[in-house]
Amino acid sequence: MAEKTLSRAEPTSAGRTKFIIGGLLIVAAIVYLIASSTQAAAQYYLTVDELKDKGDVVAGRDLKISGAVDGDSIQYDVQTLTLKFTIANVPADLNQIEQEGGLAEVLHKAVADKSATRLQVVYIGPRPDLLRDEAQAIVTGRLGADGVFQADELLLKCPTRYEAEVPAQVQGG
Amino acid sequence: MLANLGYFSLVLTFVAALYGAGAAAYGAVRRRPALVESARHAMLLTWPLVTLASLSIIALLVGRHYEVKYVAAVTSNAMPTYLKVTALWGGQAGSLVFWSWLLSAFATAASLRRWERDREFLPWVIVVTMITLAFFISLVIFFENPFQRLWQTLDGRQVSALFQPSGTIPLFPTDGQGLNPLLRHPGMVIHPPMLYLGFVSFVIPYAFAIAALVTRRTDDRWIRITRRWTLVAWLFLSLGLILGGRWAYDVLGWGGYWGWDPVEIAAFMPWLTGTAFLHSVMIQEKRGMLKHWNMLLIILTYSLVIFGTFLTRSGVLSSVHAFAQSAIGPMFFGFIGLTFVVSVSLLMNRWGELRGENHLGSVFARESLFLLNNLLFMGILVVCFWGVLFPLISELFTGQKVTVGPPFYERATGPLWVGLLFLMGVAPLSAYGATSWRSLGRGLWKLLLLSLIVPAALYFSGVTLAGALIGYWLIGFVAIVTLVEFWRGALARHRRHAESLPLAFWRMAIRNRRRYGGYIIHLGVVLMAIGIIGIEMFQTETQGTLARGESLSLGRYTLTYESLAQFDTADGRNVARAVVQVSRDGRNLGDLYPRRDFYYASQQPMTIPGVRSSLQDDFYVLLVGWEPIAQEGATFKIYHNPAVNFVWMGGLIFIAATLLAAWPTREFDGLREAATARAVVARA
Repeated sequence: MAEKTLSRAEPTSAGRTKFIIGGLLIVAAIVYLIASSTQAAAQYYLTVDELKDKGDVVAGRDLKISGAVDGDSIQYDVQTLTLKFTIANVPADLNQIEQEGGLAEVLHKAVADKSATRLQVVYIGPRPDLLRDEAQAIVTGRLGADGVFQADELLLKCPTRYEAEVPAQVQGG
Repeated sequence: MLANLGYFSLVLTFVAALYGAGAAAYGAVRRRPALVESARHAMLLTWPLVTLASLSIIALLVGRHYEVKYVAAVTSNAMPTYLKVTALWGGQAGSLVFWSWLLSAFATAASLRRWERDREFLPWVIVVTMITLAFFISLVIFFENPFQRLWQTLDGRQVSALFQPSGTIPLFPTDGQGLNPLLRHPGMVIHPPMLYLGFVSFVIPYAFAIAALVTRRTDDRWIRITRRWTLVAWLFLSLGLILGGRWAYDVLGWGGYWGWDPVEIAAFMPWLTGTAFLHSVMIQEKRGMLKHWNMLLIILTYSLVIFGTFLTRSGVLSSVHAFAQSAIGPMFFGFIGLTFVVSVSLLMNRWGELRGENHLGSVFARESLFLLNNLLFMGILVVCFWGVLFPLISELFTGQKVTVGPPFYERATGPLWVGLLFLMGVAPLSAYGATSWRSLGRGLWKLLLLSLIVPAALYFSGVTLAGALIGYWLIGFVAIVTLVEFWRGALARHRRHAESLPLAFWRMAIRNRRRYGGYIIHLGVVLMAIGIIGIEMFQTETQGTLARGESLSLGRYTLTYESLAQFDTADGRNVARAVVQVSRDGRNLGDLYPRRDFYYASQQPMTIPGVRSSLQDDFYVLLVGWEPIAQEGATFKIYHNPAVNFVWMGGLIFIAATLLAAWPTREFDGLREAATARAVVARA
């Protein structure tokens, strides 16, 4: 092992430059990594309404769409593991959701509202545990030419699961 | 009443914390020791008070007081008692109380040390910890009150409030909602407290750092005092992260353990800065350098700890972990911003006094390599930060929410991890001060060549993926360097003290715990890396629907569907349990029982895999679907996860070695040695 010299090394301007250049190179490499990875992996996060507005502009791009799952539309073919369902538009703005009475309420309204924009989703894979009526689905994938969304990733949130209204089992008192 | 008692003790805590902070600061500035002492007493009061509040919550939880909103939300009759107790941290309000409880306990523990020559730190440690405590308690008493009761208005609406609002009647539900079944797992029961322990312990080193800045003690005293705190914080944070991974692997049913979920990242970010800090403080202790940097790192860690708690608690980002949305987000944001700005301004103010005692001499000196290590950790931090905030940033600037997923993190952090792995091998060979490329290279090249055995062996056994070969080469390199370090150390001691080799080895490790504990931690990381590369690069999967007796193959494994039973359990589940037989290369390995539990109360299913584990790999079977009536066909998804158990094994070694490094005695040894030395001098 090399001997540990604890001599006090005085900085020279050449030494300093070496460190600054080295540091800058590493920082540049990190910035490059972040920029290129962002470009490669970015996904547009849209609501169903926004997706319909954009139309062809987003065809073939990686997208992430959030909406409320319509329970009646869920079809699952166990043979082919093909899962089909539609999601209804919910606003993305947190404040707006808060004003309309919270996420659970917004999801409920979206599914009940027949005029809400809907999007059909197809996903191949196991049926997720959390998929059910009025869950919030966040699907990642591409919009097909037929207007059906081909999801390769399916994330579900059920806002009612945590800290929801308690079932009213009143005894009075 | 219990709820009122609990609430009242929290209000008292709030008052005591505010008084403590105020009195300590005033007493320190005006040099009034009596006032500081009074502040210390106020601080000592907070722990019993928060304990009382926590016990009240636990009593309510265990006593089925569903008229309390929090109790009704996180417990139900079907839950066993131990889960009711741990439901203390099962929801938002309770976990904030738990956080506060830990903080008051740690502040108390920190204040009980013998201060002697560090007396001037005490008031400022009190100020920092008590302001943090007051912040968390204020969230609980003003926004997220676990003691709120349920009331019903005359028109039938449910409201929650601490005291009876006019025009309402009390509501007494007979059962509660219950904890989310996904969280009813032993790993999940201890995962949040471990993370919280880690989070909260980092407050103590931060408090000492601020105290050092305020009092202008610019030596490394604050680092030495909090060295063990930092290690313990890091230990718990690591343990929490590993347990979380294990939980995901066992329960979430996607065959993985880490999904780059924003909440995972939130817990990971303070770990990154904490790890960088653990490394760079060594440079300050040994060489008196990087003083600004260490201050900055501990300030960042503290901010990230609060930010992490905020991310898990605010619903600001979409995540599978997201709890209900809540009003406390802006509060958190304000607090983080304020503490960060104040801390950094203080650091700027003391900038000139923190000048290093040495300068970076050579690019290949150990301190430079440590700096590089820090740079890489910070790079990973920036990647994480960017990824988490990118949706918000892009929305701000383009009006369009754009997100990045796991591929972003993998791509951007991959090269940085590789760099860190390489450094882990090189740094132990370097020396402090001036090291030339030549002297470092002399030690390096033989070991680099030697470690080529690893990829060569893998190549001839059929692994051809370049990335994996390079990864395993570096892993082999780090392992060899670390073992050689052990060997050299033991050999030197063996020669010097004429001890047998094993004894020399043992004494060397025990006398030098931080150094050799650190090396063993590196070995743990090496094992984890073996597993991570294995599952990241070589995981395979397939799925299929089988009739009884049919088989599905994946690699060398074959699965045969035998039967399926569906039944109700006493604790409110409907269980569908399949029996499948697994064989490898035609040899029967026994049965697995993948199952799907459906929780009636919460209307939620949970998929529990059947796993056959060996050192080599995991065969991981999920029951995906079945025909309920005929019970003839069932669908399975199977994963082959090579080397995944190295992750858990490495994790265990990692934790055990951190424990070794943090084990308290060195200070006492030091004292004993000093005492002996004094005795010798006295005799002479």
